[in-house]
Amino acid sequence: MTLPPTPSQTIGPFFALPDPAAMTWPDGPYVVAEGTPGAFRLEGRVLDGAGEPVPDGLVESWQADPDGRFAHPDDPRGAVARPGFRGFGRCATDAGGRFWLLTVKPGPVPAPDGRSQAPHIALSIFARGLNQRLVTRVYFADEPAANAADPLLASLPEAARATLLAAPTGGGYRFDVHLQGDHETAFFDV
Amino acid sequence: MSETTTGRQVPGYRRDPPGSQPPYLFPDYRSTRLRAPSRPLVLLPHTLTEVTGPLLGEDRLGELDHDLTRQHQGEPHGQRIVVSGRVLDGDGRPVPNALVEVWQANAAGRYAHEVDQHPAPLDPNFSGVGRCLTGADGGYRFVTVRPGAYPWRNHDNAWRPAHIHFSLFGRAFTQRLVTQMYFPGDPLFPLDPIFNSVPDEAARQRMIARFDPDATVPEWALGYRFDIVLRGRDATPLDEEDDR
Repeated sequence: MTLPPTPSQTIGPFFALPDPAAMTWPDGPYVVAEGTPGAFRLEGRVLDGAGEPVPDGLVESWQADPDGRFAHPDDPRGAVARPGFRGFGRCATDAGGRFWLLTVKPGPVPAPDGRSQAPHIALSIFARGLNQRLVTRVYFADEPAANAADPLLASLPEAARATLLAAPTGGGYRFDVHLQGDHETAFFDV
Repeated sequence: MSETTTGRQVPGYRRDPPGSQPPYLFPDYRSTRLRAPSRPLVLLPHTLTEVTGPLLGEDRLGELDHDLTRQHQGEPHGQRIVVSGRVLDGDGRPVPNALVEVWQANAAGRYAHEVDQHPAPLDPNFSGVGRCLTGADGGYRFVTVRPGAYPWRNHDNAWRPAHIHFSLFGRAFTQRLVTQMYFPGDPLFPLDPIFNSVPDEAARQRMIARFDPDATVPEWALGYRFDIVLRGRDATPLDEEDDR
């Protein structure tokens, strides 16, 4: 039996109902607990085609742990749960379009062809005006060797590849999401 | 090398058929104009990152999160309803133990959100936020009140059909879905660009709950049934997907 999927609809402007908190959880941005060794803030902004901040977006993340493992039964190497590591984060953007996540750098994850994928974080972006989520990936600019060997990055034109690299800042990383325009982020059909 | 084997053993998820999902750019829905990407999406072969996903469990749930009519001292205004259904994958298999989040306007069509300032009353007994986990059969159930329609400024005299927002995780990143549940027979459907952004008529119908006499509780609440279908598994291993 094959069933057709339920269509996506926009998250709209009101998902951040405050009390009790709807889609924004008090611990949402904490992919790892505060004080986790190696933890850093991944920060950025979501901007529209006019370069204006998107103040009503929701950013969600999903990633492997520092060993490249997922706390999930479909990881054929076995689900590994690390205390204090959720792998998932979510953060609503503020008036300036800013979001942040507290996380650690994931390890390399195997690719379907047997090669290794460079450390990366999958991001979903939801907002008013997005009929479906947008999916992108955060790679790390300070992993040049792993990035050069990554099959997905290698398949992209240089300009698109550059939009996926988070830049090291003092103790963290910066990753802006441009929904549209000259600096448009590379988005994926998943 | 074990990683090599590993990557090949995990099937991906089937992609959605044409017409079943709304395009990013739908100019009648004004907010899409500056937010839709202008370049085509890059096809992402599914890897372990996409076939896994957050499995968020019981620790996210408060005792009354499934009953939006009991979260305050008194009962909210409006028609009490029971919204229930099953979360299935594209092969008809139940999606168990998966987090379902809902949010909605109150019976007067007002969201308890600072951005919604239109002149309809707030209800001190209604927040409009719910959460539950699906059962072993993929089933879920919320008690709430029927939300009102509300005006928005997309076009002249624009009103959204009554709806409840749903957010679902499934068990994989590829299955993540945020959608809206509508009520049968709403006269606002032909006028709503968000509803009509979904190209296929049959696909639009899948967003409309049906009146459910079996879920209706005598002397207490009307029942509506809304089944949700997330993607199904691809039969082909990941490495063959690259060859299609």
